[in-house]
Amino acid sequence: MTSAFMSILKRDLTLAFRQGGGIGTAIGFFLTVVVLLPLGLGPDQNLLSRIAPGALWIALLLSVLLSADKLWQADYDDGSLEVMALSDTPLEVTALAKASVHWLTSGLPLAIAAPLLGFLLNLDTALVLPLMTAMVTGSLALSLLASLGAAITVGLRQGGLLVSLLILPLYVPVMIFGVLSTSGFQTSIDNSGTSLLILAAIVLVALVVSPFASAAALRSYLR
Amino acid sequence: MEISGKGLACERGGRLVFTGLGFSATGGRMLVLRGPNGAGKTSLLRLIAGVAEPAAGALSFTGAGEDGEIAPHVHFVAHQDAIKLHLTVEENLAFWAGFLGGGDIGTALDALNLRALRSFQAQRLSAGQKRRLGLARLALAPRPVWLLDEPTVGLDTHSQGLLASLMTAHLEAGNILIASTHIDLPVPSTDVLDFAGVTS
Repeated sequence: MTSAFMSILKRDLTLAFRQGGGIGTAIGFFLTVVVLLPLGLGPDQNLLSRIAPGALWIALLLSVLLSADKLWQADYDDGSLEVMALSDTPLEVTALAKASVHWLTSGLPLAIAAPLLGFLLNLDTALVLPLMTAMVTGSLALSLLASLGAAITVGLRQGGLLVSLLILPLYVPVMIFGVLSTSGFQTSIDNSGTSLLILAAIVLVALVVSPFASAAALRSYLR
Repeated sequence: MEISGKGLACERGGRLVFTGLGFSATGGRMLVLRGPNGAGKTSLLRLIAGVAEPAAGALSFTGAGEDGEIAPHVHFVAHQDAIKLHLTVEENLAFWAGFLGGGDIGTALDALNLRALRSFQAQRLSAGQKRRLGLARLALAPRPVWLLDEPTVGLDTHSQGLLASLMTAHLEAGNILIASTHIDLPVPSTDVLDFAGVTS
Protein backbone atom coordinates (compact mmCIF):
# COMPACT_ATOMS: atom_id res chain seq x y z
CA MET A 1 0.00 0.00 0.00
CA THR A 2 2.90 2.31 0.83
CA SER A 3 4.59 1.36 -2.41
CA ALA A 4 1.40 2.17 -4.32
CA PHE A 5 1.25 5.57 -2.60
CA MET A 6 4.90 6.28 -3.38
CA SER A 7 4.47 5.08 -6.97
CA ILE A 8 1.71 7.62 -7.59
CA LEU A 9 3.74 10.35 -5.93
CA LYS A 10 6.78 9.57 -8.06
CA ARG A 11 4.85 9.24 -11.30
CA ASP A 12 2.80 12.39 -10.90
CA LEU A 13 5.73 14.51 -9.76
CA THR A 14 7.72 13.29 -12.78
CA LEU A 15 4.79 14.16 -15.02
CA ALA A 16 4.35 17.55 -13.36
CA PHE A 17 7.98 18.50 -13.90
CA ARG A 18 8.12 17.07 -17.41
CA GLN A 19 4.94 18.68 -18.63
CA GLY A 20 5.50 21.82 -16.62
CA GLY A 21 1.89 22.83 -17.05
CA GLY A 22 0.50 22.53 -13.54
CA ILE A 23 3.18 24.24 -11.48
CA GLY A 24 3.92 26.86 -14.11
CA THR A 25 0.28 27.87 -14.52
CA ALA A 26 -0.32 28.13 -10.78
CA ILE A 27 2.78 30.22 -10.09
CA GLY A 28 2.27 32.32 -13.20
CA PHE A 29 -1.30 33.12 -12.20
CA PHE A 30 -0.26 33.88 -8.64
CA LEU A 31 2.45 36.21 -9.90
CA THR A 32 0.07 37.94 -12.30
CA VAL A 33 -2.51 38.72 -9.62
CA VAL A 34 0.10 39.99 -7.17
CA VAL A 35 1.84 42.14 -9.78
CA LEU A 36 -1.38 43.61 -11.11
CA LEU A 37 -2.85 44.49 -7.72
CA PRO A 38 -0.56 47.41 -6.82
CA LEU A 39 -0.83 48.69 -10.39
CA GLY A 40 -4.61 48.69 -10.09
CA LEU A 41 -4.81 50.12 -6.60
CA GLY A 42 -2.22 52.83 -6.92
CA PRO A 43 0.99 53.41 -4.97
CA ASP A 44 -0.54 53.87 -1.52
CA GLN A 45 1.98 52.03 0.66
CA ASN A 46 -0.23 51.93 3.73
CA LEU A 47 -3.23 50.60 1.84
CA LEU A 48 -1.12 47.88 0.19
CA SER A 49 0.44 46.88 3.48
CA ARG A 50 -3.02 46.60 5.03
CA ILE A 51 -4.50 44.43 2.32
CA ALA A 52 -1.37 42.35 1.58
CA PRO A 53 -2.20 39.21 3.64
CA GLY A 54 -5.75 39.06 2.34
CA ALA A 55 -4.68 39.70 -1.24
CA LEU A 56 -2.03 36.96 -1.07
CA TRP A 57 -4.57 34.53 0.34
CA ILE A 58 -7.08 35.32 -2.41
CA ALA A 59 -4.35 34.86 -5.02
CA LEU A 60 -3.34 31.53 -3.47
CA LEU A 61 -6.91 30.31 -3.39
CA LEU A 62 -7.60 31.22 -7.00
CA SER A 63 -4.33 29.68 -8.19
CA VAL A 64 -5.10 26.41 -6.44
CA LEU A 65 -8.63 26.48 -7.83
CA LEU A 66 -7.22 26.92 -11.32
CA SER A 67 -5.58 23.50 -11.32
CA ALA A 68 -8.23 21.78 -9.17
CA ASP A 69 -10.52 20.47 -11.91
CA LYS A 70 -7.66 18.71 -13.72
CA LEU A 71 -6.69 16.65 -10.67
CA TRP A 72 -8.38 13.41 -11.79
CA GLN A 73 -8.97 14.17 -15.46
CA ALA A 74 -5.89 12.57 -17.03
CA ASP A 75 -6.19 9.33 -15.05
CA TYR A 76 -9.87 9.10 -15.88
CA ASP A 77 -9.36 9.76 -19.59
CA ASP A 78 -6.50 7.33 -20.22
CA GLY A 79 -8.01 4.45 -18.26
CA SER A 80 -5.46 4.49 -15.44
CA LEU A 81 -8.16 5.20 -12.89
CA GLU A 82 -10.03 2.03 -13.83
CA VAL A 83 -6.90 -0.06 -13.41
CA MET A 84 -6.19 1.65 -10.09
CA ALA A 85 -9.73 0.92 -8.93
CA LEU A 86 -9.29 -2.77 -9.84
CA SER A 87 -6.37 -3.38 -7.54
CA ASP A 88 -5.92 -4.27 -3.92
CA THR A 89 -4.85 -0.71 -3.20
CA PRO A 90 -7.92 1.02 -1.80
CA LEU A 91 -9.08 3.94 -3.92
CA GLU A 92 -8.94 6.04 -0.74
CA VAL A 93 -5.14 5.65 -0.65
CA THR A 94 -4.97 6.62 -4.31
CA ALA A 95 -7.09 9.69 -3.55
CA LEU A 96 -4.81 10.71 -0.70
CA ALA A 97 -1.77 10.30 -2.95
CA LYS A 98 -3.31 12.41 -5.71
CA ALA A 99 -4.23 15.15 -3.23
CA SER A 100 -0.66 15.07 -1.87
CA VAL A 101 0.74 15.53 -5.36
CA HIS A 102 -1.62 18.43 -5.96
CA TRP A 103 -0.42 20.06 -2.75
CA LEU A 104 3.24 19.49 -3.60
CA THR A 105 2.80 21.01 -7.05
CA SER A 106 0.49 23.92 -6.26
CA GLY A 107 -0.11 24.77 -2.60
CA LEU A 108 3.41 24.25 -1.28
CA PRO A 109 5.38 26.14 -3.97
CA LEU A 110 2.87 28.99 -3.79
CA ALA A 111 3.10 29.15 -0.01
CA ILE A 112 6.87 29.39 -0.30
CA ALA A 113 6.70 32.01 -3.05
CA ALA A 114 4.07 34.11 -1.26
CA PRO A 115 6.37 35.98 1.17
CA LEU A 116 8.71 36.91 -1.68
CA LEU A 117 5.85 38.22 -3.76
CA GLY A 118 4.54 39.87 -0.60
CA PHE A 119 7.25 42.51 -0.96
CA LEU A 120 5.46 43.74 -4.07
CA LEU A 121 2.50 44.45 -1.80
CA ASN A 122 4.60 46.02 0.94
CA LEU A 123 3.91 43.10 3.25
CA ASP A 124 4.95 43.77 6.84
CA THR A 125 8.12 41.73 7.42
CA ALA A 126 6.82 40.62 10.82
CA LEU A 127 4.02 38.81 8.98
CA VAL A 128 6.27 36.77 6.66
CA LEU A 129 6.63 33.78 8.97
CA PRO A 130 2.98 33.65 10.15
CA LEU A 131 1.86 33.96 6.53
CA MET A 132 4.05 31.09 5.37
CA THR A 133 2.99 28.86 8.26
CA ALA A 134 -0.68 29.56 7.65
CA MET A 135 -0.38 29.06 3.90
CA VAL A 136 1.54 25.78 4.11
CA THR A 137 -1.09 24.49 6.54
CA GLY A 138 -4.13 25.93 4.83
CA SER A 139 -3.14 24.86 1.33
CA LEU A 140 -3.21 21.24 2.52
CA ALA A 141 -6.93 21.63 3.10
CA LEU A 142 -7.30 23.40 -0.25
CA SER A 143 -5.72 20.45 -2.11
CA LEU A 144 -7.73 17.85 -0.22
CA LEU A 145 -10.95 19.71 -1.01
CA ALA A 146 -9.84 20.13 -4.62
CA SER A 147 -9.51 16.36 -4.90
CA LEU A 148 -13.08 15.99 -3.70
CA GLY A 149 -14.48 18.57 -6.08
CA ALA A 150 -12.54 17.15 -9.03
CA ALA A 151 -13.66 13.61 -8.22
CA ILE A 152 -17.32 14.65 -8.16
CA THR A 153 -17.08 16.24 -11.60
CA VAL A 154 -14.52 14.01 -13.34
CA GLY A 155 -16.95 12.35 -15.74
CA LEU A 156 -18.51 15.63 -16.83
CA ARG A 157 -17.24 17.54 -19.80
CA GLN A 158 -16.62 21.18 -18.94
CA GLY A 159 -16.87 20.42 -15.25
CA GLY A 160 -14.57 23.33 -14.40
CA LEU A 161 -17.29 25.76 -13.44
CA LEU A 162 -19.02 23.15 -11.33
CA VAL A 163 -15.82 22.38 -9.44
CA SER A 164 -15.47 26.04 -8.54
CA LEU A 165 -19.06 26.27 -7.39
CA LEU A 166 -18.78 23.09 -5.37
CA ILE A 167 -15.59 23.80 -3.49
CA LEU A 168 -15.66 27.57 -3.18
CA PRO A 169 -17.96 27.45 -0.12
CA LEU A 170 -15.59 24.94 1.45
CA TYR A 171 -12.63 27.23 0.75
CA VAL A 172 -14.22 30.17 2.58
CA PRO A 173 -13.45 28.99 6.14
CA VAL A 174 -9.89 28.11 5.10
CA MET A 175 -9.38 31.62 3.84
CA ILE A 176 -11.03 33.35 6.80
CA PHE A 177 -8.93 31.52 9.37
CA GLY A 178 -5.88 31.70 7.15
CA VAL A 179 -6.05 35.49 6.99
CA LEU A 180 -6.93 35.72 10.70
CA SER A 181 -3.93 33.64 11.69
CA THR A 182 -1.67 35.71 9.46
CA SER A 183 -2.60 39.21 10.52
CA GLY A 184 -5.48 38.95 12.96
CA PHE A 185 -6.90 41.60 10.62
CA GLN A 186 -4.52 43.83 12.55
CA THR A 187 -7.08 44.33 15.28
CA SER A 188 -6.27 45.04 18.90
CA ILE A 189 -7.03 41.48 20.02
CA ASP A 190 -4.44 38.99 18.82
CA ASN A 191 -6.21 35.75 18.01
CA SER A 192 -3.78 34.48 15.41
CA GLY A 193 -2.71 31.47 17.48
CA THR A 194 -6.28 30.28 17.90
CA SER A 195 -6.95 30.82 14.22
CA LEU A 196 -3.96 28.73 13.24
CA LEU A 197 -5.24 25.91 15.44
CA ILE A 198 -8.69 26.12 13.84
CA LEU A 199 -7.01 26.09 10.43
CA ALA A 200 -5.13 22.93 11.45
CA ALA A 201 -8.42 21.41 12.61
CA ILE A 202 -9.97 22.11 9.20
CA VAL A 203 -6.99 20.36 7.59
CA LEU A 204 -7.48 17.32 9.82
CA VAL A 205 -11.19 17.10 9.03
CA ALA A 206 -10.44 17.39 5.30
CA LEU A 207 -7.72 14.74 5.65
CA VAL A 208 -10.26 12.28 7.03
CA VAL A 209 -13.25 13.14 4.86
CA SER A 210 -11.73 13.94 1.47
CA PRO A 211 -10.10 10.57 0.56
CA PHE A 212 -13.25 8.64 1.41
CA ALA A 213 -15.59 11.07 -0.30
CA SER A 214 -13.34 11.30 -3.37
CA ALA A 215 -13.11 7.52 -3.65
CA ALA A 216 -16.88 7.15 -3.33
CA ALA A 217 -17.45 9.76 -6.04
CA LEU A 218 -14.94 8.09 -8.37
CA ARG A 219 -16.50 4.66 -7.88
CA SER A 220 -19.88 6.01 -8.89
CA TYR A 221 -18.38 7.23 -12.18
CA LEU A 222 -16.64 3.97 -12.96
CA ARG A 223 -19.87 1.98 -12.70
CA MET B 1 -10.87 -21.84 -10.37
CA GLU B 2 -14.07 -20.80 -12.04
CA ILE B 3 -16.10 -17.74 -12.89
CA SER B 4 -19.70 -18.29 -13.86
CA GLY B 5 -22.76 -16.18 -14.42
CA LYS B 6 -26.43 -17.06 -14.51
CA GLY B 7 -29.34 -15.09 -15.96
CA LEU B 8 -27.24 -11.97 -16.30
CA ALA B 9 -28.81 -8.80 -17.61
CA CYS B 10 -26.96 -5.61 -18.33
CA GLU B 11 -28.32 -2.14 -18.71
CA ARG B 12 -26.32 0.76 -20.07
CA GLY B 13 -27.69 4.24 -20.41
CA GLY B 14 -31.26 3.01 -19.96
CA ARG B 15 -30.90 0.46 -22.75
CA LEU B 16 -31.00 -3.26 -22.07
CA VAL B 17 -27.85 -4.63 -23.68
CA PHE B 18 -28.50 -8.30 -22.98
CA THR B 19 -30.69 -10.47 -20.77
CA GLY B 20 -30.62 -14.07 -19.63
CA LEU B 21 -26.92 -14.52 -20.31
CA GLY B 22 -25.18 -17.50 -18.77
CA PHE B 23 -21.53 -18.45 -19.07
CA SER B 24 -18.81 -20.30 -17.31
CA ALA B 25 -15.07 -19.83 -17.55
CA THR B 26 -12.80 -22.41 -15.96
CA GLY B 27 -9.11 -22.24 -15.28
CA GLY B 28 -6.96 -23.37 -18.17
CA ARG B 29 -9.50 -22.71 -20.90
CA MET B 30 -9.90 -19.44 -22.73
CA LEU B 31 -13.41 -18.09 -23.09
CA VAL B 32 -13.78 -16.05 -26.25
CA LEU B 33 -16.61 -13.55 -26.45
CA ARG B 34 -17.84 -13.17 -29.95
CA GLY B 35 -20.57 -11.05 -31.45
CA PRO B 36 -21.37 -7.95 -33.45
CA ASN B 37 -20.48 -4.45 -32.25
CA GLY B 38 -22.75 -3.31 -29.45
CA ALA B 39 -23.74 -6.84 -28.49
CA GLY B 40 -22.44 -6.31 -24.96
CA LYS B 41 -19.02 -7.96 -24.94
CA THR B 42 -17.37 -5.03 -23.19
CA SER B 43 -20.35 -4.70 -20.85
CA LEU B 44 -20.00 -8.34 -19.82
CA LEU B 45 -16.29 -7.91 -19.13
CA ARG B 46 -17.07 -4.86 -16.99
CA LEU B 47 -19.66 -6.87 -15.07
CA ILE B 48 -17.18 -9.67 -14.43
CA ALA B 49 -14.46 -7.24 -13.34
CA GLY B 50 -16.91 -5.74 -10.88
CA VAL B 51 -16.60 -2.30 -12.43
CA ALA B 52 -20.31 -2.38 -13.22
CA GLU B 53 -23.16 -4.21 -11.56
CA PRO B 54 -25.63 -6.51 -13.34
CA ALA B 55 -29.25 -5.40 -13.59
CA ALA B 56 -30.29 -9.00 -12.91
CA GLY B 57 -28.64 -12.36 -12.36
CA ALA B 58 -25.65 -13.39 -10.33
CA LEU B 59 -21.92 -13.88 -10.80
CA SER B 60 -19.87 -16.31 -8.81
CA PHE B 61 -16.12 -16.53 -8.49
CA THR B 62 -14.49 -19.50 -6.85
CA GLY B 63 -10.83 -20.24 -6.46
CA ALA B 64 -8.33 -17.49 -5.97
CA GLY B 65 -9.59 -15.34 -3.13
CA GLU B 66 -11.17 -16.47 0.10
CA ASP B 67 -13.14 -13.25 0.28
CA GLY B 68 -14.96 -13.73 -3.03
CA GLU B 69 -13.79 -10.26 -4.10
CA ILE B 70 -12.73 -10.48 -7.70
CA ALA B 71 -11.30 -7.00 -8.33
CA PRO B 72 -7.84 -7.51 -6.73
CA HIS B 73 -7.30 -10.69 -8.78
CA VAL B 74 -8.11 -9.20 -12.15
CA HIS B 75 -6.14 -7.73 -15.00
CA PHE B 76 -8.70 -5.84 -17.04
CA VAL B 77 -7.28 -4.49 -20.28
CA ALA B 78 -9.91 -2.23 -21.78
CA HIS B 79 -9.81 -0.10 -24.91
CA GLN B 80 -7.72 2.53 -23.17
CA ASP B 81 -4.13 1.57 -22.57
CA ALA B 82 -3.73 3.25 -19.18
CA ILE B 83 -0.33 4.67 -20.08
CA LYS B 84 1.10 8.16 -19.55
CA LEU B 85 2.30 9.72 -22.77
CA HIS B 86 4.98 11.85 -21.11
CA LEU B 87 6.63 8.95 -19.34
CA THR B 88 9.03 6.58 -21.01
CA VAL B 89 8.05 2.98 -21.65
CA GLU B 90 10.19 1.89 -18.73
CA GLU B 91 8.77 4.52 -16.38
CA ASN B 92 5.24 3.50 -17.30
CA LEU B 93 6.00 -0.09 -16.43
CA ALA B 94 7.88 0.90 -13.27
CA PHE B 95 4.81 2.79 -12.09
CA TRP B 96 2.46 -0.13 -12.61
CA ALA B 97 4.96 -2.52 -11.07
CA GLY B 98 5.08 -0.34 -7.98
CA PHE B 99 1.35 0.24 -7.87
CA LEU B 100 0.21 -3.30 -8.57
CA GLY B 101 2.80 -4.78 -6.24
CA GLY B 102 6.00 -6.26 -7.53
CA GLY B 103 6.74 -7.59 -10.96
CA ASP B 104 9.86 -7.65 -13.05
CA ILE B 105 10.04 -4.89 -15.63
CA GLY B 106 12.61 -6.77 -17.71
CA THR B 107 10.28 -9.74 -18.14
CA ALA B 108 7.44 -7.45 -19.19
CA LEU B 109 9.66 -5.62 -21.67
CA ASP B 110 10.75 -8.89 -23.26
CA ALA B 111 7.28 -10.44 -23.23
CA LEU B 112 5.98 -7.84 -25.65
CA ASN B 113 9.23 -6.97 -27.40
CA LEU B 114 9.49 -3.48 -25.93
CA ARG B 115 13.12 -3.57 -24.83
CA ALA B 116 14.36 -1.51 -27.77
CA LEU B 117 11.73 1.14 -27.05
CA ARG B 118 12.15 1.34 -23.31
CA SER B 119 13.72 4.80 -23.12
CA PHE B 120 11.25 6.40 -25.54
CA GLN B 121 8.45 8.55 -24.22
CA ALA B 122 5.13 6.85 -24.84
CA GLN B 123 3.90 9.76 -26.95
CA ARG B 124 6.42 8.78 -29.63
CA LEU B 125 5.08 5.25 -29.94
CA SER B 126 2.75 4.12 -32.67
CA ALA B 127 -0.76 2.95 -31.83
CA GLY B 128 0.28 -0.69 -31.94
CA GLN B 129 3.33 -0.06 -29.76
CA LYS B 130 1.15 1.78 -27.22
CA ARG B 131 -1.17 -1.19 -27.21
CA ARG B 132 1.78 -3.48 -26.50
CA LEU B 133 2.83 -1.24 -23.63
CA GLY B 134 -0.72 -1.44 -22.27
CA LEU B 135 -0.66 -5.23 -22.56
CA ALA B 136 2.76 -5.47 -20.90
CA ARG B 137 0.92 -4.93 -17.61
CA LEU B 138 -0.27 -8.53 -17.97
CA ALA B 139 3.28 -9.83 -17.74
CA LEU B 140 4.18 -7.43 -14.95
CA ALA B 141 2.10 -8.53 -11.99
CA PRO B 142 0.68 -12.04 -11.76
CA ARG B 143 -3.11 -12.09 -11.57
CA PRO B 144 -5.19 -15.27 -11.91
CA VAL B 145 -7.95 -13.64 -13.96
CA TRP B 146 -7.36 -11.84 -17.24
CA LEU B 147 -10.19 -9.95 -18.87
CA LEU B 148 -9.13 -8.64 -22.25
CA ASP B 149 -11.27 -6.40 -24.38
CA GLU B 150 -10.20 -6.73 -28.01
CA PRO B 151 -6.52 -7.07 -27.08
CA THR B 152 -5.38 -7.52 -30.67
CA VAL B 153 -6.54 -4.14 -31.97
CA GLY B 154 -3.59 -2.41 -33.61
CA LEU B 155 -1.21 -5.34 -33.20
CA ASP B 156 0.78 -6.74 -36.11
CA THR B 157 1.04 -10.49 -36.72
CA HIS B 158 4.29 -10.85 -34.78
CA SER B 159 2.88 -9.03 -31.75
CA GLN B 160 -0.28 -11.10 -31.91
CA GLY B 161 1.97 -14.14 -31.66
CA LEU B 162 3.70 -12.67 -28.59
CA LEU B 163 0.31 -12.02 -27.00
CA ALA B 164 -0.86 -15.54 -27.84
CA SER B 165 2.17 -17.11 -26.18
CA LEU B 166 1.64 -14.90 -23.13
CA MET B 167 -1.98 -16.07 -23.02
CA THR B 168 -1.01 -19.71 -23.47
CA ALA B 169 1.45 -19.55 -20.59
CA HIS B 170 -1.24 -17.94 -18.45
CA LEU B 171 -3.71 -20.71 -19.27
CA GLU B 172 -1.19 -23.49 -18.73
CA ALA B 173 -0.81 -22.28 -15.17
CA GLY B 174 -4.52 -23.02 -14.72
CA ASN B 175 -5.66 -19.42 -14.77
CA ILE B 176 -8.78 -17.83 -16.15
CA LEU B 177 -8.82 -15.88 -19.41
CA ILE B 178 -11.82 -14.21 -20.95
CA ALA B 179 -11.26 -12.18 -24.09
CA SER B 180 -13.40 -10.54 -26.69
CA THR B 181 -11.80 -10.76 -30.06
CA HIS B 182 -12.72 -10.83 -33.72
CA ILE B 183 -9.71 -12.81 -34.88
CA ASP B 184 -8.63 -16.33 -34.03
CA LEU B 185 -5.61 -16.39 -31.77
CA PRO B 186 -3.48 -19.53 -31.76
CA VAL B 187 -4.41 -20.42 -28.20
CA PRO B 188 -5.27 -24.03 -27.33
CA SER B 189 -8.46 -25.11 -25.58
CA THR B 190 -10.89 -22.36 -26.40
CA ASP B 191 -14.56 -22.01 -25.56
CA VAL B 192 -16.72 -19.55 -27.43
CA LEU B 193 -19.59 -17.52 -26.05
CA ASP B 194 -21.51 -16.23 -29.01
CA PHE B 195 -23.51 -13.08 -28.36
CA ALA B 196 -25.55 -13.48 -31.55
CA GLY B 197 -27.92 -15.81 -29.69
CA VAL B 198 -28.35 -13.83 -26.49
CA THR B 199 -28.95 -10.30 -27.61
CA SER B 200 -32.44 -8.97 -27.35
